[in-house]
Amino acid sequence: MEIIKTGMAGTMESSDIHVIIEKNEEAGIKIFLNSTVEKQFGEQIEGVILKTLKEMDIINVVVRAMDRGALDCTIRARVQSAVMRSILKENELDWGLL
Amino acid sequence: MQKLRRTMMYVPGNNPGMLTDAHIYGADSLMFDLEDSIALSEKDCARLLVYNAVKSMDYEGMEIVVRINGLDSPYGRADIEAMVRAGVDVIRLPKTETAQDVTEVEKIIEEVEKKIEKEIGSTKMMGAIESPLGVINAVEIATASKRLMGIALGAEDYVTNMKTKRSPGGIELLLARSQILTAARAAGIYALDTVYSDVDNEEGFREEVKLIKQLGFDGKSIINPRQIGPVHEIYAPTEKEIDHAKKVMKAIKEANEKGAGVISLNGKMIDKPIVERAERVLELAKMSGLIKEGE
Amino acid sequence: MKNAIEREIPENIVWYDTVINYATPFEKEPTGRKIAPLLKQVKPSENKLVNSIEELIQKAGLKTGMTISFHHHFRDGDYILNSIVEKIAQMGIKDITIVPSSLSNIHESLVEHIKNGVITGIHTSGIRGRLAEAISNGLMEKPIVIRSHGGRARAIEAGEIKIDVAFLGVPSCDEYGNASGKGANTICGSLGYAKVDAAYADQVVLITDDLVAYPNYPASISQTDVDYVIKVDAVGDPSGIASGATRFTKNPKELLIAQYASKLIVNSPYFKEGFSFQTGSGGASLAVTRFIKAEMKSKNIKARFALGGITKPMVQMHEEGLIEHLFDVQSFDLVACESIMKNPNHHEIDASLYANPHNKGCVANQLDIVILSALEIDVDFNVNVITGSDGVIRGASGGHSDTAAASKLSIIVAPLIRGRIPTVVDGVNTVITPGETVDVVVTDRGIAINPKRTDLLEIFKNTDLPIFTIEELKEKAQKIVGKAKPIAYLEKIVGIVEYRDGSIIDVIKQVK
Repeated sequence: MEIIKTGMAGTMESSDIHVIIEKNEEAGIKIFLNSTVEKQFGEQIEGVILKTLKEMDIINVVVRAMDRGALDCTIRARVQSAVMRSILKENELDWGLL
Repeated sequence: MQKLRRTMMYVPGNNPGMLTDAHIYGADSLMFDLEDSIALSEKDCARLLVYNAVKSMDYEGMEIVVRINGLDSPYGRADIEAMVRAGVDVIRLPKTETAQDVTEVEKIIEEVEKKIEKEIGSTKMMGAIESPLGVINAVEIATASKRLMGIALGAEDYVTNMKTKRSPGGIELLLARSQILTAARAAGIYALDTVYSDVDNEEGFREEVKLIKQLGFDGKSIINPRQIGPVHEIYAPTEKEIDHAKKVMKAIKEANEKGAGVISLNGKMIDKPIVERAERVLELAKMSGLIKEGE
Repeated sequence: MKNAIEREIPENIVWYDTVINYATPFEKEPTGRKIAPLLKQVKPSENKLVNSIEELIQKAGLKTGMTISFHHHFRDGDYILNSIVEKIAQMGIKDITIVPSSLSNIHESLVEHIKNGVITGIHTSGIRGRLAEAISNGLMEKPIVIRSHGGRARAIEAGEIKIDVAFLGVPSCDEYGNASGKGANTICGSLGYAKVDAAYADQVVLITDDLVAYPNYPASISQTDVDYVIKVDAVGDPSGIASGATRFTKNPKELLIAQYASKLIVNSPYFKEGFSFQTGSGGASLAVTRFIKAEMKSKNIKARFALGGITKPMVQMHEEGLIEHLFDVQSFDLVACESIMKNPNHHEIDASLYANPHNKGCVANQLDIVILSALEIDVDFNVNVITGSDGVIRGASGGHSDTAAASKLSIIVAPLIRGRIPTVVDGVNTVITPGETVDVVVTDRGIAINPKRTDLLEIFKNTDLPIFTIEELKEKAQKIVGKAKPIAYLEKIVGIVEYRDGSIIDVIKQVK
């Protein structure tokens, strides 16, 4: 799946995560994570982001995430929304991708 | 046993913190909102947030209702598909005005159920009536689909359409409430009252709850956990009611054991409506923690 | 070496001649005598008033290597500590140990004075903000020492903390040293923590911005304890010292926790005519006070006393006749500050009378019920109120371990999760209050009773309260947030947690 434009989702509120999805000019997935619970959950958060992207078949992408203690399901939702926005499909969900 | 729906609590669909906590306050049902509490630019985000929350969170068996956007918006269809896939218990339609509004949504629900091989009919529906036309059509709406578990009054738009505003006594809602309640009863489904938005006015809220309980509503849509306690308290049966209900049930049990046809208590005949009312009182008493299981 | 609750404690700690490991709450017996202040003659013609902070410091004989103390009644509005330390630095004095009764966010400028060698030791109850973070990251050579309020009073009376000079800011005093918690510019009510310092420090100096005519009576601090007095422009920011009114929380989660806690209290054997209780100033804690009040009214039950930090709701209950006596070590809001000045049964008590375990009996020993908060609670019921889940110092010991040990029923109130941070965990980062002194944990998602309280378990067997085991609560939290990675620490010890009796219950290590 190709990124068409930069997609953003989520807020900076407590228990949420703000995710920015950009096209990566180089190959691969690059994640920049800033989290209030980085020490305790940093690896797990990156894992969820990565898994969600893989499920959606997104390969060359830069993810910038500001986490405020979001749970896994919130992280998934925000990554999915940011991706859907970046491929211009936010209101015609392609359930094959989710 | 019939499910209690005394309180159906609104939860804004794009707030992760609230979606995580909403069920701990003890409302009878939760209603995640994708409609009015969500900005147009965030509809897609709220939809996926609720979808993921319902799929992965343990709501400990609590009934999950989702208020979707209407099919006249660009979001309605996607909302329905996402929520059926998420496995919500009930889809609540906003601004229901005709039977057709119900059947159109039903058609899409069924399509999705078929697609994902979910039991047909397992996703229930609920209609919110929020306009004069909807009130007039309450009966055809209430009987439009087997999936309908209830109808609810949404008063904010309605009073504006009626060229008035809400008052403490609620005289302006008398017809709408009565019409919706009667339609629901005729159709054998639940009737839920509208929200009371002044959260800090507990006194006014209590008055309104007493009124709708007396009218016969099953419960109320609420917007804050602080409103749960008062509703459940007011709906809790009195000691006298519980006592009487216990006596009724005991009389039936004894009559059944004796094989007696006509049952009476203190010289009064006990018929089906009395038994049903007694059962409901005991059920409410159990849910309110006034009596224990097996009593 | 491990202490009785399996915490690794080093055999040598810089502040201690001999390190005594924590064993059980009342195992350590005190020996010897209390220390006594210096004898001193003040002749009839002599004047205690000095003109500048510099002169004050000189007259008090402050030198490099000494120990000075402060109180925290001015909370986040305190100007005293920063301005004294600033002057000490200017005068070239170094290697000072400070023993404030607690520290607030306003004291973060201490970071600079630690870096430049002016401050080399800190003993306190609480510490927050940038200062606490810097210390957790290894700023100081010597570890800070965390004591409870009762434990600090004990350590002072036992001579384990020797205060060379106590710098005590007071809302008003006369030039002979009679001080009050009420002044023209500021009001802090009780001076309960300052009273201990005034009684035992070698030199006691009062700093005020409201110098009044002799005699300033009734006085919280007496002229017989005071060496010098100075008038400054301002001792603090009134808005940071006491908030106008403690407002009731509308936070549904706090209300839910408070509802569970008050139900528990009302159905406990301690809720009866003449009972006593202590609640904190947190949202849930205050709401408990409100719910209990309603129950007391409907059941016609009165409390003999309330203890600790006093707030407006308690004052109202006192004035309505629902609480007979208020024992006030710290007045939390303006209403409490005013009440202590006018209500004869609203008593000012010092920290020793409040909670010192080694003084022939503190008020806390008479306490029935206490409500306490927590950052973390573990499956052994140990409570952490000093370090965050990231291992960084950000809290206060306060009267937590004192009242938990001394009361008949200690209840911890906390949400089960905060964002993604679980509150009930396998092991807390730092133990302030040992689990054997904690009776019940109340969260928004369930209640756990300490298994050693078989009596309570029996009473609440058939209740509609959501009772779980502490392990079940931990599992619930973990199911929601996932399993947190343990915090990685370096070897360096940055903090010592002293139990109220002077034994060492835990240490805090430098974070990676």
